[in-house]
Amino acid sequence: MQLAGRIARNPPALLGALVILMVALMAIFAPALAPYAYDQQNLNAARQAPSPAHWLGTDDLGRDMLSRVIWGARSAVFVIVMVTIIDLALGLPLGAAAGYWGGWVDTLIMRVVDVLFAFPGLLFVFLVAATLKPGILNWAKAIGLNDLVRSGYLDYAVVIIALGGVGWGGLARMVRGQVLMLKEREFVIGARALGVPTWRVIARHILPNAITPIIVALSMGMGDIALSEGYLSFLGIGLQPPAPSWGNILADNAGRYWRTFPQMIWLVFIPGLVLAAVVFAFNFFGDGLNEALNPEIE
Amino acid sequence: MAAFVIRRLVWLPILLFFVSVITFALGLYGPGDPVQVMLGMHANPETIERLRHEYGFDQPFYIQYLNYVANALQGNFGYSLVKYRDQPVGVLIAEKLPATIQLNLVAILLGCAIGVPLGLVAGLKRDTWLDLVVRGIVVAGISFPIIFLNPVLTFIFSRRHEFTLAATNFTFSIGPFLPMVQGHWDGLFSPKIILPAFIESLGVIAVLTRQMRAGMIEVLSEDYIRTARAKGLRERVVVVRHAMRNALIPIATILGLMLGGLVAGSFLVENWFDVPGVGQLAFDALISRDYYVIMALTLLIAVAYILANLFVDVLYGFLDPRIRQS
Repeated sequence: MQLAGRIARNPPALLGALVILMVALMAIFAPALAPYAYDQQNLNAARQAPSPAHWLGTDDLGRDMLSRVIWGARSAVFVIVMVTIIDLALGLPLGAAAGYWGGWVDTLIMRVVDVLFAFPGLLFVFLVAATLKPGILNWAKAIGLNDLVRSGYLDYAVVIIALGGVGWGGLARMVRGQVLMLKEREFVIGARALGVPTWRVIARHILPNAITPIIVALSMGMGDIALSEGYLSFLGIGLQPPAPSWGNILADNAGRYWRTFPQMIWLVFIPGLVLAAVVFAFNFFGDGLNEALNPEIE
Repeated sequence: MAAFVIRRLVWLPILLFFVSVITFALGLYGPGDPVQVMLGMHANPETIERLRHEYGFDQPFYIQYLNYVANALQGNFGYSLVKYRDQPVGVLIAEKLPATIQLNLVAILLGCAIGVPLGLVAGLKRDTWLDLVVRGIVVAGISFPIIFLNPVLTFIFSRRHEFTLAATNFTFSIGPFLPMVQGHWDGLFSPKIILPAFIESLGVIAVLTRQMRAGMIEVLSEDYIRTARAKGLRERVVVVRHAMRNALIPIATILGLMLGGLVAGSFLVENWFDVPGVGQLAFDALISRDYYVIMALTLLIAVAYILANLFVDVLYGFLDPRIRQS
């Protein structure tokens, strides 16, 4: 409760929290909120300016921009949640193990993280996604999931696996540092002296005390995940149209046509500003959370 | 310190080995069969088989890997299969590297010139409206997607804007303020470099400002700052000589790490502005599955990044005597 109060007194963090809440609601209630289907084309109404019928205008195939943006929120939130789960599932236990046991376990895990970090960030994600894609598609075809291949849902899997598989290293490093610091504290030594099993010492005594930086890191990371999904989809490696993603809406609209007719600013500003707003929101919220959870750094 | 550097040097070849194996595996199993890419979709299966044999793609993974490494060590990174058909990858990269290096250099200089003073001011005037504005700029710098800034800033700065005054026939126009690159790179001192370099520098500005602000706040609370003030030194001397110099040390680390990241990140900018650089080469290669080019570039950037990391760690020891002694 105290935490909520501290965030409420920090205007940027509050704004961030509201934007995140709004996007989450858009994602959950997309089918009810969107006035049109996200892939419903109407070539007679292509590239229309915002109007009562299409609040945010239409794109070059006459698809309603508002509907695509709302459904795009569902794609973004789904990717953010799944990638965060993968990061947690890999980074938390591996980081904790490296910090707690030290020795060769630490060396092995942290060297793997070093190798991950040695690759050039975004380019590596693109390479991994581009590599995984044909493999995953062929595998799905081989076991007879042709409908799934056609549906485009496997694109989500490619994006999620690429971002999750590359991104957990940062969290592992952070958790390791926290565990290294906490394992020398008296309450941990006390718990071990009482014969508490190791996994329980880690799960019940160490990790709860490291929860603050973990939450802050995850919150900041979510903005990055949204951005990376946008970039992947923009480049055509991520979610493919007609699947709705803010990145591929921008890619569809920011190309040659817009260069010729730049007065149609909604084509580029709407998906671009929505994506920027979400990244802003996570960064502001993460900053505010950091300050609210660490009052001593004030 | 010496032991630390030696440990890092021993780890270097192991790291390079893993990085190259992963890159090779991704390249080989990933973006599609290189022979298929070379011959197109409707190639004769027999031709494909023959060429696969000729190029050695039917050999086991480790043989192919060893061949690749042996060639790479002699400076032979294979040939482009698609856009720059039959050109050696090494030559291609050497041709494209100057534009990327110049672009990143300007971006980093811009980032330092803007980020360091911003962070300095924010750290000194902590919790004032100035601090708030600077922190807003920082978040903006990392939040605006490059794929959004590219078209919007191009629209604002590189295009003619015509206006007609209401109720008159008087028309006037302003711009374009900055020329576009469009495939013709004119080097470091051409105004064409400003827009792409500025977009790339936004991330640098954000990171440097944040680090400089935090560094200043930390350093200003140190005992030696109190001592310096107690001695009656002028505030300017305290800030510049005692505080700023110490707050700048971590900036050196970040700059080193950033070089690698920027080269990798610049392909979105290079592609939009049509800069004939490495970033665009990587982009084209990734889209067209030009397998040797992707591999060589990933490897090159990874190696550059690892070396920058090592260099920075060593440099750090020289900049901060406390680390050298411990």
